[in-house]
Amino acid sequence: MQRYSALSLLRGGLNGQKSWQRAWRDPAPKAHYDVIIIGGGGHGLATAYYLAKVHGIRNVAVLERSWIGGGNTGRNTTIVRSNYRQPALHNLFEFSLKLWEGMSDDLNYNVMFSQRGAMFLGHSDSDMIRLAERGDAMRAAGIDAEFMTMDQLRKKLPLLDLSDNARYPIVGALNQPRGGTARHDAVAWGYARAADALGVDVIQNCEVLGMDMVGGRVTGVQTTRGTIGADRVGICVAGNSGQVAAMADLRLPIESHLLQAFVSEPVKPMIDMVIMSQSIHAYVSQSDKGEIVMGGDPDLYPTYSQRGRPDRIEGVAGQCIALFPALSRLRMLRSWAGTTDMSFDGSPIIGTTPVEGLYLNGGWCYGGFKATPASGWTYAHTLAKGEPHALNAPFSLDRFETGATIDETGAGPMPHHR
Amino acid sequence: MLLIACPNCGPRAQAEFSFERPLASIVTPTETLPDLIQKLFTRENPRGPSWELWRHTYGCAGWLKVHRDTHNHQISAVLPVDMETPS
Repeated sequence: MQRYSALSLLRGGLNGQKSWQRAWRDPAPKAHYDVIIIGGGGHGLATAYYLAKVHGIRNVAVLERSWIGGGNTGRNTTIVRSNYRQPALHNLFEFSLKLWEGMSDDLNYNVMFSQRGAMFLGHSDSDMIRLAERGDAMRAAGIDAEFMTMDQLRKKLPLLDLSDNARYPIVGALNQPRGGTARHDAVAWGYARAADALGVDVIQNCEVLGMDMVGGRVTGVQTTRGTIGADRVGICVAGNSGQVAAMADLRLPIESHLLQAFVSEPVKPMIDMVIMSQSIHAYVSQSDKGEIVMGGDPDLYPTYSQRGRPDRIEGVAGQCIALFPALSRLRMLRSWAGTTDMSFDGSPIIGTTPVEGLYLNGGWCYGGFKATPASGWTYAHTLAKGEPHALNAPFSLDRFETGATIDETGAGPMPHHR
Repeated sequence: MLLIACPNCGPRAQAEFSFERPLASIVTPTETLPDLIQKLFTRENPRGPSWELWRHTYGCAGWLKVHRDTHNHQISAVLPVDMETPS
């Protein structure tokens, strides 16, 4: 792998950018792999990277039906945080956040991770009680959390509508200073490049059409580029998990819903952290290009269309303008939608399945991007050892029937039913 | 946005309606445990046409059976909840 450095940038500048090599190979699929990962998003590529790096399993293929990072990895609002109340969740996401902090160095790829702070707004006394409980739980686990008073908010975010007659009156907030954003495409590209350098085959335009089963065990996959054998197959296709699992006659506790995101035209820096409200369910940040990135509720009905309903655009814009009145003059530049796996407790599923040789990573609901490195790390462990890592053991597929659900908000696919 | 033809009110915008659950996931008081788990959690989650339970929340408030394709959004039938679905 050609290392990227300040020196290589300088060299490129002097020789007309002719010294760059392609970042990863374009291999044809082999007949057999130790591990096949279905889905070339950030999670699948991270899994392959940690399989090779941590577990020494390098005979690995990542199969992607279109181009890597073209699904939900490229469709989210790039927020990274670990401010969860429940231990199973904050342990996983804090482990993730620590990996984010070293990711650019580890991958030799600038993922533009910016720890600008991630703030949850409180709109009522009961909001503030919930945020205080959450902050206490985080601090008890050694995670950074700070309570924000109105005076601190006024100084930190002068554009926020903190007046008494605001549409959504704000009374305080809980900040996680180490939270922030990252460049989503770079995460997929960085993991692909680093995994490829360790011998992983990243195979694009290769759609999985079926599974080969012998005696109830998965032995490989049928694809648009032929049949490929594997000792172990890992599903990592959030949004379409149910469709791929159905190829092995497996039904998942997942419903596929649509989540939209929006960006405004780019403007000069005006919002220098990630602002979220769990009560009105809206989130706002500003990208490094200057666009205001906004998101809100899912579309609230099952669909695979990747086309959002237009009244959601109006709804989210209304919420964001109510929080930041200065946004009212901006023009909306783009909106897009991703099909997300909504699990019925709002938490992911990472682990083994009842089908031998088949593993599952999915059900990420709203929160997959920030988990990318931890998801890859724990899934790689599960695929390598045949059993979950301590961090993903609670996120088992059978927790719904046993009643051991991990319901941070009790939301699942229907947050308005809270 | 979907245009849903409410049998009571005529065609109305999706914003007036709310999706409740797949029709096959209506839970009765006499479910066995495996059926209950399948109805609440391991649903079919189809990519294609299926029957769903919706409500015209901000209209007549009536419960409706909707036959809808989750891939191309086509709605082929909307029935009052007490009408039998064609097999």
